[in-house]
Amino acid sequence: MEAHVVSNTVVVGLVAGVLYTARVVRRSRFWSDAIRELGRRRPIALAAIAFYVALGLADSVAWLDRGAEGIAAHTPRSLVDRLFPADFQERSYSAPLAFEEFYGGAGLRFPGQHWLGTDILGRDVLHMALKGARVALLLGGLTSLIVIPLALLFGMSAGYFGGRIDDAVFFAISTLSSIPTLLLLIALIVALGRGPVQVCFAMGVTGWVSFARVIRGETLKLRELDYVAAARALGASEARILLRHILPNLMHLVVITFVLLFSGMVLTEAVLAFLGIGLDGSWGQMIDQARDELARDPIIFWNLAAASVALFGLILSVNFVGDAIRDILDPRTVRENV
Amino acid sequence: MTTDPVLEVRDLVTTFPAESGRAAVVDGISLRIAPREVLALVGESGCGKSVTALSILRLVPKPGRVESGRITLAGRDVRALPVSEMRAVRGAVAAMIFQEPMTSLNPVQAVGAQVVEAIRLHEKVSAAAARARCVELFGRVGIPDADARFESYPHQLSGGLKQRVMIAMALSMQPKLLIADEPTTALDVTIQAQILDLLREIRDRFGTAILLISHNLGVVNELADRIAVMYAGQVAEEGTREDLLANPRHPYTQRLLASIPSRTRRGEPLAEIPGVVPSPGEWPAGCRFTTRCHRAFEPCAENVPCATQISDTHRAYCHAVAREEEGAT
Amino acid sequence: MIAYAVRRLAYGFLVVLGVLGLLFALFFVYAQPVDMARRAVGEKASPEVLALWIHQHGYDRPKLEQLRDHYRKMLTFDFGRSDLDDVPIARRLREGAGPSLSFTVPAFAIGLLLAIQLSLFVAYFRETYIDRTILLVAVLEMSVSILLYIIGGQYVIGKILCWFPISGFAPDPALIPRFIAMPVLIYALAGVGGDVRFYRTVFVEETNRDYVRTARAKGAGDVRVMVRHVLRNSLIPILTNVVMAIPFLFMGALLIESFFGIPGLGAVTVDAVQANDFSTLRVMVYITALLFTVFQVVTDFTYTLADPRVRLE
Repeated sequence: MEAHVVSNTVVVGLVAGVLYTARVVRRSRFWSDAIRELGRRRPIALAAIAFYVALGLADSVAWLDRGAEGIAAHTPRSLVDRLFPADFQERSYSAPLAFEEFYGGAGLRFPGQHWLGTDILGRDVLHMALKGARVALLLGGLTSLIVIPLALLFGMSAGYFGGRIDDAVFFAISTLSSIPTLLLLIALIVALGRGPVQVCFAMGVTGWVSFARVIRGETLKLRELDYVAAARALGASEARILLRHILPNLMHLVVITFVLLFSGMVLTEAVLAFLGIGLDGSWGQMIDQARDELARDPIIFWNLAAASVALFGLILSVNFVGDAIRDILDPRTVRENV
Repeated sequence: MTTDPVLEVRDLVTTFPAESGRAAVVDGISLRIAPREVLALVGESGCGKSVTALSILRLVPKPGRVESGRITLAGRDVRALPVSEMRAVRGAVAAMIFQEPMTSLNPVQAVGAQVVEAIRLHEKVSAAAARARCVELFGRVGIPDADARFESYPHQLSGGLKQRVMIAMALSMQPKLLIADEPTTALDVTIQAQILDLLREIRDRFGTAILLISHNLGVVNELADRIAVMYAGQVAEEGTREDLLANPRHPYTQRLLASIPSRTRRGEPLAEIPGVVPSPGEWPAGCRFTTRCHRAFEPCAENVPCATQISDTHRAYCHAVAREEEGAT
Repeated sequence: MIAYAVRRLAYGFLVVLGVLGLLFALFFVYAQPVDMARRAVGEKASPEVLALWIHQHGYDRPKLEQLRDHYRKMLTFDFGRSDLDDVPIARRLREGAGPSLSFTVPAFAIGLLLAIQLSLFVAYFRETYIDRTILLVAVLEMSVSILLYIIGGQYVIGKILCWFPISGFAPDPALIPRFIAMPVLIYALAGVGGDVRFYRTVFVEETNRDYVRTARAKGAGDVRVMVRHVLRNSLIPILTNVVMAIPFLFMGALLIESFFGIPGLGAVTVDAVQANDFSTLRVMVYITALLFTVFQVVTDFTYTLADPRVRLE
């Protein structure tokens, strides 16, 4: 199956998932109250995140043009790509809204249309910056697909069953956390090879640790509570207790920890991009490619600025929302454990 | 009473932020304590007793603040003192002991060092001299094996011993006023009696005036010369111990007394006061006890009661008492 | 207490064995020697040359033998030579540790002092506009990528203001301050936001405790209360942060060293990543994990100094 078809399917799946979650959330007093409170406290940051998500999703829906010729016939273009003319490319640098090339002053193919200028290869900076949103979300989404199930599985079983299982999980946590995160990430990516799946997998393996520790600690507490004992006395199976009674009470920690992890992951990816092992098309990569351009004379700043602002905007909104979510859902536990 | 009072508080108002604006947790309290006198401030939890005590030393935790009123402590206008002079007053002129001896001592400092700190904050003495004084104080407040206890950490001492350390610390500068905020509440009954004896002895030996804050009328009966009953940030009734315990007039004081078990009324059911103290900001416009009072009549909800003088030493803030007194004269 | 130390160290040893196991799985089992050989000798090398390289570096031996060899060499600190250029890795470590430490130690110390002072200050003014402003700045500061701090720092301080050299390093102790000034500044500032938020939470929690009220009631001033009582009682979380950071100081800061041309272990690691030098990466991961584990035990013992209530059992 072609990449863009997979991507489109995933978007459909995601939207369906979001709608389903929204239904579940609306039925739960706790969650709907929390979301309303969040909307009251952080309207701007939430709107910003929604914008980034919409951008990322729009950039994931792509299709081929009928009747196109040459390379274009085999290059699917996403909704975001379609905001720009096809083949929106110059030969080299153009300043924002310029009418001629930055060096040499030759005429441009699209004079005055590059709002944020172009980079050394003549690519439109605004276009690249917008496409970075999808990469950041892909990183967060794919990684959380790895982290959350792993952390829940190991953290809950360690906390709930104790004994040997706990020893084993605790050993794994100790081992992984004795290696500095960045170094472990690097070692994993270098050994596994470069690529989006590998990077997300490595992020998942490193992010899993602190997450599982929180889940384990909370499960230990929940296990001792009366209602769990009551459920057990009524003859509920272990699986049922874990799924029906423990898991729902861990969901707020999942949400909080995930949001806190997310901004860390996106910032770490920028560091990986500098090391040459990041994701293609990320803001980190844009920053990395632009880092020598401040040394030019006159300087080229627009691609660095665009990528930095886009990255900063997302991280800042996520940090604001993350703080608010933590305050609303659980002011204490997370701070103690993370 | 011709001597100058150690402490005089007039119309003290202390506020905390509430849903709408600031709520007066202490609303117009006036108190007077003479040397050697023990004044007890009595009331249910949340009536503003502790905040009154903290206001006197300007220790009201942020975001609360003293709004108005006049506090005179041994001749000093507390609210007008510069910060540095206020520090010199705390611990030296007026000292304070707290309800929770378990948490009121610094857990990572040896208890001796904490008393030494209290001494050396106010007096330039050598560490050795301060230590000797601390050991002497420990002996005086009844800490056995005082020399060895100097090096102990709070977690190694029992609750009673910790409270004795607190008292030793409070006494270290021979203050004129000792503010004891529920000094025995967290302790076992037998220890309670010992601590009360110790406080009485301190008053007798050093002439220290004591502001005793308690919700426990039994404790108050042991120690107090005069009693002020507080309700919802205001004084409800005030008088000597005999006035209040033998002849309570305010319905709130009467109910408070009826709700403690006593030997003379054995077999009778204990009375209880219906409802709870309304929170600051939800207080009735007139007399604040109206909502829970069995004798409330029409002026109570509207008009704030004035002081009714029952005797030279005894007065109550109650419309019902005022009517009775008018009828009597 | 000795029994506790022995038990903790024994568990730490197990953890280090676990780390070595993980490294073996990654670098010897999962990764293909052919790829490594190709990166080392060149993409267009003939199969014979590749085979020779693999043989010389011992990647064609039976896995079990390699496993035994891996554990034996690592545990005896016989690090061998870099797969890439045959330089002994132990020499790289020796040469790199000095420059790394000369920059990370001052950077860490300055950052820590700054963060603690600032957060004590903020905790004192908690819930006021001073507090809120500084916290807001801290969030803003945390949301900026470290890359931007480095690039911006180099541009503004090095190129426009010309205060310090843009990059470089000199072994001459007299020149070191000039070269490390800017990396130190950037390292310290980049971490301050997060640290201030963390320490503020710790301090505010302590400030609300009863013993603080006692201290104020006996006449202690604000500075004395914050430093002698609040700070003293917050030592455990501070010590945890500090002692656990020490092992990473040897490593240097990957990015900063490489940007500023400091020939430390961070730069060595970056070079190893870019050249796919497994042998060097393996040693780096092993050494930091080892140091981390040892310092974890050390942390436990510092707790007993910080808090008389702590008993190690």
